[in-house]
Amino acid sequence: MLSKVSICGRNHWLPAKRLASGFVLLGAFFASCNGSAEQPAAPVQFNRDIRPILSDKCFSCHGIGSEDPAADLRLDQFEAATESAIVPGDVEASEVVARIESDDPDSIMPPPDSHKELSPEEIKLIRQWIQQGAGYEDHWAYQPMRRASSVDAKLPLSKQIDQITASRFEQAGMKPAGPADPVTLIRRLSFDLTGLPPTLDQVKAFQAKHDRQAIEALVDQYLASPAYGERMAMYWLDLVRYADTVGYHGDQNVSQSPYRDYVIQSFHRNIRYDQFVREQLAGDLLPDATLQQKVASGYNRLNQTTEEGGSQAKEYLAIYFADRVRNVSQVFLGSTMGCAQCHDHKYDPFTAKDFYSFGAFFADLQEVGVYSNRGRPPMMRVPTAEQQQQIKGLEQEIADAEAKQPELRAELLTKLAAWEGEAAKQIGVAVEVEKPWVDDALLVQAPTNGDWRFIAGDEKAGIPVHSGTKVRRQQSGELVQHYFDRSKQPLTVTDDTVFYSWVYIDPKNPAKALMLQINNGDWSHRKVWGSDDIVFGRTDKSGPAYFRAGALPATGQWTRLTVSAKEVGLKSGDKVSGMAFTQFAGKVFWDDAGYVDTDGVPAAIAKTLQTPKEKRDDTQQQNLITYYLESQDAWKDWKQQVQTLKDQRQRVEAMAPQTVVSVSGKARPIRILPRGNWLDESGPIVQPAVPEFMGQLEVGSERASRLDLADWICQPDNPLTARTMVNRVWALLFGRGIYTSLDDMGGQGTYPSDVELLDTLALEFIESGWDVKQLVREIVLTDAYQRSSLASAEWLQADAFNDKFARQGRFPLMAEMVRDNALQISGLLVDQVGGGSVRPYQPAGYYAQLNFPRRKYQADQGGNQYRRGVYTHWQRTFLHPMLKAFDAPSREECTAARARSNTPLQALVLLNDPTFIEAARVYAQRIMKHTPQQDDRMVWAFENAVSRQPSDEIKQTLKDVYQAHLAHYRDHPEAVAELLAQGQQPVDESLNAAELAAWTGVARVILNLHELTTRY
Amino acid sequence: MIRRTFLRRTGIGSIALASLLRADQAGADQTAAGPGNLGGGALLSANHHPPRVRRVIHLCMAGGPSHLETFDYKPTLQKLDGKPMPKSVTEGQPIAQLQGRELKVLGPQHQFKASGESGLMISEVFPQISGLADQMCVINSLHTEQINHDPAHTFFNTGTAISGRPSMGSWVLYGLGSETENLPGFIVLTSEGGGQSQPISSRQWHSGFLPSRHQGVQMYSTGSPVHYVKNPNGVSDPLQRNVVDAVSKINSLRDGSLQDPEIATRLAAYEMAFRMQSSIPELTDMSDEPQHVIDAYGCTPGDGSFGSNCLQARRLAERGVRFIQLYHRGWDHHGGVKNGVATTAKLVDQGTAALVKDLQQRGMLEETLIVWGGEFGRTPMAQGSGRDHHIKGFSMWMAGGGIKGGMNYGQTDEFGYNAVEDKVHVRDFHATMLHLLGIDHMRLSYKFQGLDFRLTGVEPAKVIKPILA
Repeated sequence: MLSKVSICGRNHWLPAKRLASGFVLLGAFFASCNGSAEQPAAPVQFNRDIRPILSDKCFSCHGIGSEDPAADLRLDQFEAATESAIVPGDVEASEVVARIESDDPDSIMPPPDSHKELSPEEIKLIRQWIQQGAGYEDHWAYQPMRRASSVDAKLPLSKQIDQITASRFEQAGMKPAGPADPVTLIRRLSFDLTGLPPTLDQVKAFQAKHDRQAIEALVDQYLASPAYGERMAMYWLDLVRYADTVGYHGDQNVSQSPYRDYVIQSFHRNIRYDQFVREQLAGDLLPDATLQQKVASGYNRLNQTTEEGGSQAKEYLAIYFADRVRNVSQVFLGSTMGCAQCHDHKYDPFTAKDFYSFGAFFADLQEVGVYSNRGRPPMMRVPTAEQQQQIKGLEQEIADAEAKQPELRAELLTKLAAWEGEAAKQIGVAVEVEKPWVDDALLVQAPTNGDWRFIAGDEKAGIPVHSGTKVRRQQSGELVQHYFDRSKQPLTVTDDTVFYSWVYIDPKNPAKALMLQINNGDWSHRKVWGSDDIVFGRTDKSGPAYFRAGALPATGQWTRLTVSAKEVGLKSGDKVSGMAFTQFAGKVFWDDAGYVDTDGVPAAIAKTLQTPKEKRDDTQQQNLITYYLESQDAWKDWKQQVQTLKDQRQRVEAMAPQTVVSVSGKARPIRILPRGNWLDESGPIVQPAVPEFMGQLEVGSERASRLDLADWICQPDNPLTARTMVNRVWALLFGRGIYTSLDDMGGQGTYPSDVELLDTLALEFIESGWDVKQLVREIVLTDAYQRSSLASAEWLQADAFNDKFARQGRFPLMAEMVRDNALQISGLLVDQVGGGSVRPYQPAGYYAQLNFPRRKYQADQGGNQYRRGVYTHWQRTFLHPMLKAFDAPSREECTAARARSNTPLQALVLLNDPTFIEAARVYAQRIMKHTPQQDDRMVWAFENAVSRQPSDEIKQTLKDVYQAHLAHYRDHPEAVAELLAQGQQPVDESLNAAELAAWTGVARVILNLHELTTRY
Repeated sequence: MIRRTFLRRTGIGSIALASLLRADQAGADQTAAGPGNLGGGALLSANHHPPRVRRVIHLCMAGGPSHLETFDYKPTLQKLDGKPMPKSVTEGQPIAQLQGRELKVLGPQHQFKASGESGLMISEVFPQISGLADQMCVINSLHTEQINHDPAHTFFNTGTAISGRPSMGSWVLYGLGSETENLPGFIVLTSEGGGQSQPISSRQWHSGFLPSRHQGVQMYSTGSPVHYVKNPNGVSDPLQRNVVDAVSKINSLRDGSLQDPEIATRLAAYEMAFRMQSSIPELTDMSDEPQHVIDAYGCTPGDGSFGSNCLQARRLAERGVRFIQLYHRGWDHHGGVKNGVATTAKLVDQGTAALVKDLQQRGMLEETLIVWGGEFGRTPMAQGSGRDHHIKGFSMWMAGGGIKGGMNYGQTDEFGYNAVEDKVHVRDFHATMLHLLGIDHMRLSYKFQGLDFRLTGVEPAKVIKPILA
């Protein structure tokens, strides 16, 4: 695959040719940090110091994408900028300086109406930069990755990280924070790697032994657990905006949980990151794509879709298109291409053409603009492991049953001659039997359409009945019908088959025409009585698709309408699975309907019987045998057995969850939409292409595919892919990225606080074979990772944002983990991996604003109530209020970094959400049963949750809570009953109820502690 | 048994509260301009210019009310009833459910009458609202960019159809802060009836990329009025207080070794949560409202009707809630527009009028901006007996502080199809609303994905000066 793509050397990635001269050495760049702008000698670095200023304050008018670079001045390129505005080395001669320092509103830059201003520090930096030669650099993210020059690349990555960061501290003359204490460290590792708290046993063992060997063993244990896959998936699912609903308008459910499980398993099994990327973007295009690779390709279709009536398909295709470009560029390339939907990007070298060419890679996806019927085809069934097992078992049983056929057949054929004698005697004795499909109910399993209400007969009310007690009344001023089709019990047609339906035409309000219609896969088998008012199949000449029977039957009496197979063009062997009852105008009662079976010997068989055996041809003999076998009970039983097994298999298959997938078809033409306007078709058609400034794919005359795109993304010299991923992994483990704008490494993003560190990680990641677990492992084994997160006042002053990683970060746990934590502590957590999404308790009526259809939320019963947060049903327009309060995103768009808030709504959740009340109640039971002694209970309850022994004061506080609650509950048994009735878990009757209620109070205090929602 | 609250005893509460309400750090223009109405947690250090109002009540008529049966008087349209719509008007224009159908004019289905001293022409379906004519500024030339309900709501609330951007209420709260410590600063109530209830997403009041405490909080008429604001069953107020105090005490004790500034914020959050637990029942218990007030609103308090929500809105306004949105889902009249509009109008008419008058009597109207309107209007063309979605020209009205009453602004063409005079884009409405709140829409921004985002976005937007008093 890679051979299709050509990159002519690394400089190819550079957006422009020129290189700055007389420039600062990378190794020296940390010297100029905090406040050093005061010293004239400090070297200024363009990308770190100057580009952010110019990009934010100047480029929108004097930059790459501005449609009319003001006064023909571009400040984003050395040549253009130094033509007149900037004189390298001469500050006073530089017009730029005169302008930014001007007092004159007509000449000051940026102009007042831009509402942008330069700070004195920024002006000073620009002056220094010009003084030092006004050197430019290409934007860092598009330059080739370079290792830290001072570090031995043969060392393990963890060592390299520590050497690089240590050199920064040295330069700054500061000491890093000391190592975290063992409890903090094990909690950190446990939350970071599994999303769950450590068990008390793990904590105790680690406290006893926490040398490097013990740490490595612990890390390996965590990385090997499926919980690691779930934890990583929580983050990945934010990026790709995975949800369980379509997002727009009615926000209907859509089944794609197999994709979620694919992500979990991919991290768990540690598949190569480049493979992970390929499978998601183009799993369906891989040679011999596996089921899981097809599931992975569902990524391309996770975007929001609509089922809103009146939506224009074309508009929504344009919306989905843009959504996808935004997401793919953000997820895999850390770039925000969204701006280029309407115009060339103002800050990055992405053009509008790039935007549409990039989206054109996905023009082959089979999709529609407006979906309907709660489905989002193409979809695929994905049997679970258990279902695959069941299917396998059933297939074996089917094979076993079918293998019995020859023996049974042979045995029955020994009695054929005797039967022939008997049968010959029955010739001519025909007995006709009606076999109803409908009589007081639909007797076959089949989907229906139209009004299928069965009403009770009532002569006085003028409701006649022919058979049974009920009848269907069909009344209209015009064309009306009801029908069933796709019956699970189809009839095999013979030459003699006759269909029937009993009808009663109301004499006061007669119909103009009646029609019976038979379905053998299509509906073109019609017989009509009365007028030509029914349009279906209407032709001038009577024929099988519109067979005119003549006049209507008399009104006011029951009549049997019949249709012979031949009249309507049905052939022997056709399978009939549907019947339609149509009328034009009037009131008609429809009663029993079905087919007529003749229980006598059919004519063809009779003829064969009357022919001596030696004169029969093969077909005659075969038909005779078939007829004979079909009439034998043993044969019927055997057939029924096989059919039952097949039905079972089909039922299992039908129960397998569906998932949206990518299916490639003919690519639709993609045009550049001027200003993003989908109604404007004047733009040129574009072919799939990567952003022009990053090179081009060599695919010859072939149209480049999604797989080509994926291959290009995963090229080892793509400067964006690995940097994006390692920075995000770093952010998961430190609470901030090496550059903090996790979703944007473009010109408006933040400059990495340590480019060498970032690039070393990226290159090692690629060289390791894109090994994510290895990356995580190496990072958590560093001193940097294992430092305390306590910041000394000195460090807070010198490095408020922790740019040098001289201490660890501290940050709130993800919403899902807040839930998991409470469930784990209480012992409620059900750690089943994968499966359909689940529904925790949720306030009633929360979905009241949804419609089409209206939704009623049913909390799960049993084990599914206690699953990890990653499995919670993700309703995009109404995300579960607990998840929402703790900053989980709606997943309408890519989220690379969740908001971090600390709000009263979170307090309300932890205090009052039934999930947390039940967890507290069950935890109380656990506390009481675990430890007999009152005092020890207090210690254990705290320690089991927080991993630390409570101080005496904390113990006393908890005791006070217990006493206060116990006193209250002893006097209020009704309150005890109310408290303990919450949640589905049974109450342990062996425990004293008032005490249990009081312990629930203690447990609630513990589950509300700040420490339990924070990762230190 | 009730222990004195730890917070009150130690005085940590007020310090921590300040940190909970601390301004966001995501730089924007903070230059001062004049006396302000800034509350806790405001981004702006002062208003950009003197504000005319301190709060907004948005009566969101969800589903798209027909302007032709409500506020856009088109006597000539009646004469064209049943005639084909000229192709020159409709060709190449976005269209929703009438795609591919024959387009015929449907004349106005209700009479209009001159109302108030100003003689504003208002449909007879609004006997009560028409009594407000001299306070209302009706904009007849509004236009938007999205023709389906969901994206059109998103557009009206956030200025773009792309999901994930903050709603206007969140922007306002972000800029001005909250005036209450006991309630969320942005509250949403919903009701429905009178027509097809189109779904509404919580995206419409979401804070998007702004800090999540600026998000709108939904209040409910049944169950807990705000999620999780009721004590758990079997837990009395004193016990709940006891839990909160113990949590705060242990958090503070642990802070000795953790040294985490977020703990102070957490203490304040619990304090505020506890206050919400008592202030919300007090808020939703409307038994202190005199009968004549209840009669004026024509509702049973707390019944979930639009009228009850209007009464609730007044109570929220009194308590310092900055942005109040009342959605009434029931204006989507694809068929039977005559009866449909009349039915839905009846459900909102009295409550709307009562709210405006009530605020006026309490001297609060002049510091409140009332906004009444939907996400789009409806076609002059018939869809059977109804009308389809329409975005090229429709109506809304405003009343309250800083708004000239008794006037129409802008016009549509003779069909009521295109806004042709003094056109008002949704962005212009946003700019005007912010202006009345003392905010320059160009100077309230938030850095996200490398860009300075604004409610009014990057396309031009203007304050509608002629409607300002």
